Amino acid sequence: MSAHPDSAAPSASLNARAKLAVTAGKAAAAVSRAAGRGSGSVIGGRVALKLDPDLLRRVSEGLDVVLVSATNGKTTTTRLIAEALKAAGPVVSNALGANMPAGITSALADSGEARFGVIEVDEKYLNMVARDTNPKAIALLNLSRDQLDRSSETRMLAEKWREGLAGTEAVVIANADDPLVTWAASSCKKVIWVAAGQAYKEDAWSCPSCGGVMQRPDEEWFCPSCGFRRPQPHWALQGEFVVDPQGNPWPIRLQLPGRANLSNATSTAAVVSVFGVHPQIALQRMESVQAVAGRYESVLVNGREVRLLLAKNPAGWLETFSLIDPAPAPVVLSVNALSADGTDTSWLWDVDYERLVGHPVFVMGQRKLDLAVRLEVAGVQFQVVDSIQQAVAMAPQGRIEAIANYTAFQQLRRDVATPN
Amino acid sequence: MTDSALRLIWIYPDLLSTYGDRGNVLVVERRARQRGLQVERVDVRSDQPVPTSGDIYLIGGGEDRPQRLAGERLRQDPGLGRAVENGAIVFAVCAGYQILGHEFIDDRGERTAGLGLLDVWSTRGEGKRNVGDIVAEPDPRLGLPTLTGFENHQGVTHLGQGVSPLAQVSVGGGNGTGEGTEGAWRDTVFGTYLHGPIMARNPLVADLLIKLALDVSALPPADNTWYDALRAERIAAAQTTT
Ligand SMILES: [Zn+2]
Repeated sequence: MSAHPDSAAPSASLNARAKLAVTAGKAAAAVSRAAGRGSGSVIGGRVALKLDPDLLRRVSEGLDVVLVSATNGKTTTTRLIAEALKAAGPVVSNALGANMPAGITSALADSGEARFGVIEVDEKYLNMVARDTNPKAIALLNLSRDQLDRSSETRMLAEKWREGLAGTEAVVIANADDPLVTWAASSCKKVIWVAAGQAYKEDAWSCPSCGGVMQRPDEEWFCPSCGFRRPQPHWALQGEFVVDPQGNPWPIRLQLPGRANLSNATSTAAVVSVFGVHPQIALQRMESVQAVAGRYESVLVNGREVRLLLAKNPAGWLETFSLIDPAPAPVVLSVNALSADGTDTSWLWDVDYERLVGHPVFVMGQRKLDLAVRLEVAGVQFQVVDSIQQAVAMAPQGRIEAIANYTAFQQLRRDVATPN
Repeated sequence: MTDSALRLIWIYPDLLSTYGDRGNVLVVERRARQRGLQVERVDVRSDQPVPTSGDIYLIGGGEDRPQRLAGERLRQDPGLGRAVENGAIVFAVCAGYQILGHEFIDDRGERTAGLGLLDVWSTRGEGKRNVGDIVAEPDPRLGLPTLTGFENHQGVTHLGQGVSPLAQVSVGGGNGTGEGTEGAWRDTVFGTYLHGPIMARNPLVADLLIKLALDVSALPPADNTWYDALRAERIAAAQTTT
């Protein structure tokens, strides 16, 4: 039911200048693809935006747009929402994770017959994209530290969201368990609060409103200085059930592993309810989603099963550790520090690698020595290797869990795709 | 050190632990335990009083707003000042370093009083932010090898007569005054812009703090294999990128 990804003609509602921009963008994308520079969706969108800065607004006209933003889980949740919303009509989505304005424009230019545009948005661009696409719904999942060298303080980001989204007509679906997200969303008119959980709390001890020290008894949180507190959730994740606003529990049976994905499924059910999709239907559709852009995918390397897991920041690593096979399952860790990863590796010390004690661990990637010192201090047994093939050759029995940060994950996917 | 355990105090992890500052705590703790010492670690949240009986106090880095909040709360708490009077060791990084001085610029662009535990004061740099690997040669009196770290700050820190530079920069920005100094120290109080974290890249800095706390000139050896490999890699990387 989804829009054909290569539908060539720009939709009829676009005026001549916008049409030219879309066409030029497509040509650039084709050149980029031909030159072997990836899918071409980003460069295509960038050319198109240069020709017509108003293009994002125009390509999203006529679509019911859903925006999804977060530090973690936005690609997967975008995919889940897209899948669930197909119950209500055709969907176009930036499924490849090109989540800045250029990539989004490029994805929407291919909207064809779609009724819904489900769009993952980089946290820093949410206000701009929300202004230009006139969304019906905005999902805010979580905010935590990411890419230290870029120096975008999480609270500052929450404040920007708060200011940018204050006047939005969209229904905002926000995680009530994340104080920064709650603060960002609490200036909006229509909010659906979701108790979606928060595993990593280290960025949420300081009250975003007044700077007081947050108290966190059980699931609640509140600031004793100013009274800012967790709102009463409409939807909740309880165990492996989504509980809807009427209190009905609906079982979650995902192929995607881990607590974070149960959380993503809960937010998804809340989002699609805005468009009249029943949680039971939504959850059934979500069951079909397996790997998302290679995440959680199991591959064979020299006859051994390797599961590929992406973890980009402390919150992501924490969620990933909670889903890996128990010790003594072998674990491979790979960390890079290219620009897309953040060039500062200090965050490794905010990750509880102590949890890997008992697993045979292999470390690789550009910053394997940072990992080695980190694991040494954590008291984890490890070996330093040069490649996934070497790790596989040395690993004892069992499925191998390979956890990597952003570019290391891409490298890993390339390495396991190459026959050896 | 007063009794059998080394008391390691981590000040305000809820506000000042943005740049892997937990690593400094973990490395000091690890290296003390490797030498057979008992370690009593206390993490002091910003709504709790700072104990006066610690041996080593660590203060980390943070963004501008938490830095202001931390400065306000520490100014109202006599704990750290008393500990320093008693000869305790303080090691502060980045935002924490600025707080130890006479004043710094806060998130509202205002001059804010620090603790005055180091004779330094900080202003906001006009040029581009100092972000990246840094290499510096430490004050020879500290008996340390070349320092490697990662810096990420807009602040410039000026040194008064009452302190010495911790190091002289060979790659990177350091204090940012144009004189090539990095950090500051006096007696048992240290401040630096180096994170990475600094103890993970320079384990002998952790050892120095432990030696000062024990009042000994040497410690039993510890295995430095992976630290040394990381140090060599980062020093070489910093030198090739400039
Ligand atoms: Zn408050």
